[in-house]
Amino acid sequence: MSGYRLPLILIAGWLAAAPGVSVAQTAVRPQPLKSGIEFTGPEVRALQEDEFANPAMLWITRGAALWQQPVGPAQQSCASCHGDVATMKGVATHYPQIDKGSARLINLEGRIQQCREVRQQTAPLRYESEDLLALTALVRMQSRGMPLAIEIDPQNRRHFERGRELYYRRVGQMNLSCANCHQDNWGKRLGPETISQGQGNPYPIYRLEWQTMGSLHRRLRACLSGVRAEMLPYGAPEYLDLELYLAWRSGDLPIETPGVRR
Amino acid sequence: MSGEKTISRWLPAWRGALAALPIFAGAAIAQVPALVAYEIDGDEIRAPFAAAGDAGRGRAIVLSRESGNCYLCHAVPDAGAVPVGNIGPSLAGVGARASAAQLRLRVVDSSRINARSVMPAYYRVEGLRQVAAVYRDKPLLTAQQVEDVVAYLSQLRN
Repeated sequence: MSGYRLPLILIAGWLAAAPGVSVAQTAVRPQPLKSGIEFTGPEVRALQEDEFANPAMLWITRGAALWQQPVGPAQQSCASCHGDVATMKGVATHYPQIDKGSARLINLEGRIQQCREVRQQTAPLRYESEDLLALTALVRMQSRGMPLAIEIDPQNRRHFERGRELYYRRVGQMNLSCANCHQDNWGKRLGPETISQGQGNPYPIYRLEWQTMGSLHRRLRACLSGVRAEMLPYGAPEYLDLELYLAWRSGDLPIETPGVRR
Repeated sequence: MSGEKTISRWLPAWRGALAALPIFAGAAIAQVPALVAYEIDGDEIRAPFAAAGDAGRGRAIVLSRESGNCYLCHAVPDAGAVPVGNIGPSLAGVGARASAAQLRLRVVDSSRINARSVMPAYYRVEGLRQVAAVYRDKPLLTAQQVEDVVAYLSQLRN
């Protein structure tokens, strides 16, 4: 027995020392799961929790008007098919998901764009436009308080694995992965900020630094810019895969949309 | 006809490489000075990269949001009002714990000391992925800046 012990220790030591070998093989959630609101300080939390003060509510109001607005040749609004937006409760918990028609991974923004194009037969909304942010925030807010209901199954597993690989991939001039900060060092201080777990539950968010509303993909791009890595276009397949991994990783954290962050 | 087909078969594969050649060559010659070659002895780089470092300039780099950003992760003893991080160890007394040669390697490429370190390599351009175009083939610090930072850290003896 003892003859095996030394080689095993050596192998374990090599795995631990080899960069990018051991960690990338595993998918783990932070323990305990914490929403970013727990790291923002009381002022930001108060701003998010007061619907009269929360600046993101301006986009919710805008979204509510868009929901009712007839567009396209048939003058169809979102409400023409879906009725009151309250019927969308729970819908956002299933995104991102595999779109049955195209067999592609699609997020909530993508589904709204598809509805505009295919059902309403009008121009799709540009990713990160005020209108798409407004409708996405409105629909997602209907699931506020609910955790995501993401199952990893044979249909989406390939996307999940790729998202996980991206999560652990060190990139940019700073050579950092998402996991380096948000999995391995959350709760520690990065200059004036406390590193959060990088959870997607409050998106789209009003970010004080941006002075406006932004999507999860905008936040991913901001992190990539911070580590001086190449950015991809909004809605890029890689970002969708990462979004699926983040959705799984958020476990039972409740949706907070519309969130406020620093 | 057959000639055209042959060309179009190899063109897509080579077009990117051919187009990129003059740009890369130009960048390597005109914009990006070659990195100073260095030798690693154990956990040290003994030979300085440039003229003697200036501790005052080094301190400014360590506390700068634009260049070193060291304070984001490390406590700095004379940081004043700058809010410092706690991801890496405090730099207090680092000049007593490590020689200038040891500090030089840690600044240049801390992965040589610990492969799992999250600290960026401040003077390395290879082995990086998806670097934004404006930073490609450029180290985080210049050779002189490395010496300035080493000079500053060497002074932190308490």
